[in-house]
Amino acid sequence: MSTILIIFCVLAAITLATAFLTIFSKNPIHSAIYLVICFFSIAGHYLLLNSQFLAIVHIIVYSGAIMILFLFTIMLMNLNEEREVHRPRITRLGAIVSFCLICLVLIAIFINSKPIVGEYVTTGEDYQSIKVLGKILLNEYMVPFEFASILLLVAMIGTVLLSKKEKLQK
Amino acid sequence: MDSTIIIEKSVIIVAVFALTMLMAMYSTWAERKVAAWLQDRVGPNRAGPFGLFQPLADGLKLFSKEEFEPNTPNRFLFFVGPAIAMSTALMTSAVIPWGDRLHLFGRDILLQATDLNIGLLYFIGVVSVGVYGIMIGGWASNNKFSLMGAVRAASQMVSYEVAMGLSLIALLMMTGTLSLREISAQQAGMNWNVFYQPLSFIIFLICAFAETNRTPFDLAECETELIGGYHTEYSSMKMGFYLFAEYANMFISSTILAVLFFGGYNYPGMSWAVENWGVNIANVIGFGALFIKLCGFIFFYMWVRWTIPRFRYDQLMHLGWRILIPLSIINIMITGIVILRSEIATYLGF
Repeated sequence: MSTILIIFCVLAAITLATAFLTIFSKNPIHSAIYLVICFFSIAGHYLLLNSQFLAIVHIIVYSGAIMILFLFTIMLMNLNEEREVHRPRITRLGAIVSFCLICLVLIAIFINSKPIVGEYVTTGEDYQSIKVLGKILLNEYMVPFEFASILLLVAMIGTVLLSKKEKLQK
Repeated sequence: MDSTIIIEKSVIIVAVFALTMLMAMYSTWAERKVAAWLQDRVGPNRAGPFGLFQPLADGLKLFSKEEFEPNTPNRFLFFVGPAIAMSTALMTSAVIPWGDRLHLFGRDILLQATDLNIGLLYFIGVVSVGVYGIMIGGWASNNKFSLMGAVRAASQMVSYEVAMGLSLIALLMMTGTLSLREISAQQAGMNWNVFYQPLSFIIFLICAFAETNRTPFDLAECETELIGGYHTEYSSMKMGFYLFAEYANMFISSTILAVLFFGGYNYPGMSWAVENWGVNIANVIGFGALFIKLCGFIFFYMWVRWTIPRFRYDQLMHLGWRILIPLSIINIMITGIVILRSEIATYLGF
């Protein structure tokens, strides 16, 4: 077995184990910490594919920003099993439908990206370098890129609006 | 990969680790000496000449103290907290260029553990992960003061990370690279970035103070309100690790400041020295120059500690979100306009 295969197996084991532990552990903080370890091992997978930029951005965005805010709210809210709100059936149905939609999008991405990945292999272009990535994002995929940033902006404004509304009602 | 590279890199890694530890140790000594000097006292002077063995005595004291553990259901996380704080403090030193190159045994040796082409992003990533040590430790202590201290420290670090990242973007637009080695090389001579990006430097400096939890931003361990902050429940060497991590962080952020804005290992007349005295001597002097610069920053950290009083928490958040972030965005805009000035001029028809 080559070294890379061994590293991949260890990383995959860590990823799967921590992902399962995230779901099955009783304490919400433990779940969040398992999820952080899971994100780190996914960054390790990116490094195995030799895409340093993606790995570091993954760590900065997911482990460094999102999960810290997650831990933050969980610690302050002091979640217990007794306080868990009973979800109505329509919410559960909505969750399942949105999960299926995400799966559909993911499958579409994989099918569409397969010829592109093959193209990169044949041209030998260094697609993990920031220069190439930036050029592709801001030339070929300019419109989706802008749409994604508008989506983020809308989400941010919405959050601010929601928190302001609560204050006004008091 | 041949074995000589492995040996070479191991030697560099061990040397950088030893240097970081030594500097963190002697920063504690220097902090007391500087404090004493600023307050017209003598400072530590019992252990060895000028109290130079004081850090060793402190280490011995911390190791031999009673190991107290709070009654916490998360014993493992209680142990992991200081470990994360310490390892993230040490991880950043991997991408710092300590000098250009040495020519030994017939081969060029780069004075850097690894030259990542995304070195600056690596630095931001490690800084953002450093919050976990404080949060996990504070939460696992099972004490509300620890938790409040941890939450304060974490929210402060997260808020100032934003301004820090934005201030670095202006620098990146100018340098056009994320590799710390190339950024250092671009500043050869007196071409230091601080002369081109003074605003970015000031924002980065303030954020570095907030990231290392130093005064005037040391609200995380505000004694009058929070006893000891996130490390209230820690004792013996676990407490020592948290304090040690703070000094290691201070050393690393001083080095990053020197590398990004004050020319790194460059000094006036370096190319002349390379021609006349050879690569080795010129680079040893270069390492000395970097060392002097970073010692200057460490002194600045201590100087500020005894000059400016602690901020109030709302003042801290106000400064971070309402002043530093808009300032750094304005800085990015100005940098963009200056970089594209000729194109803008032709577009407007001047």
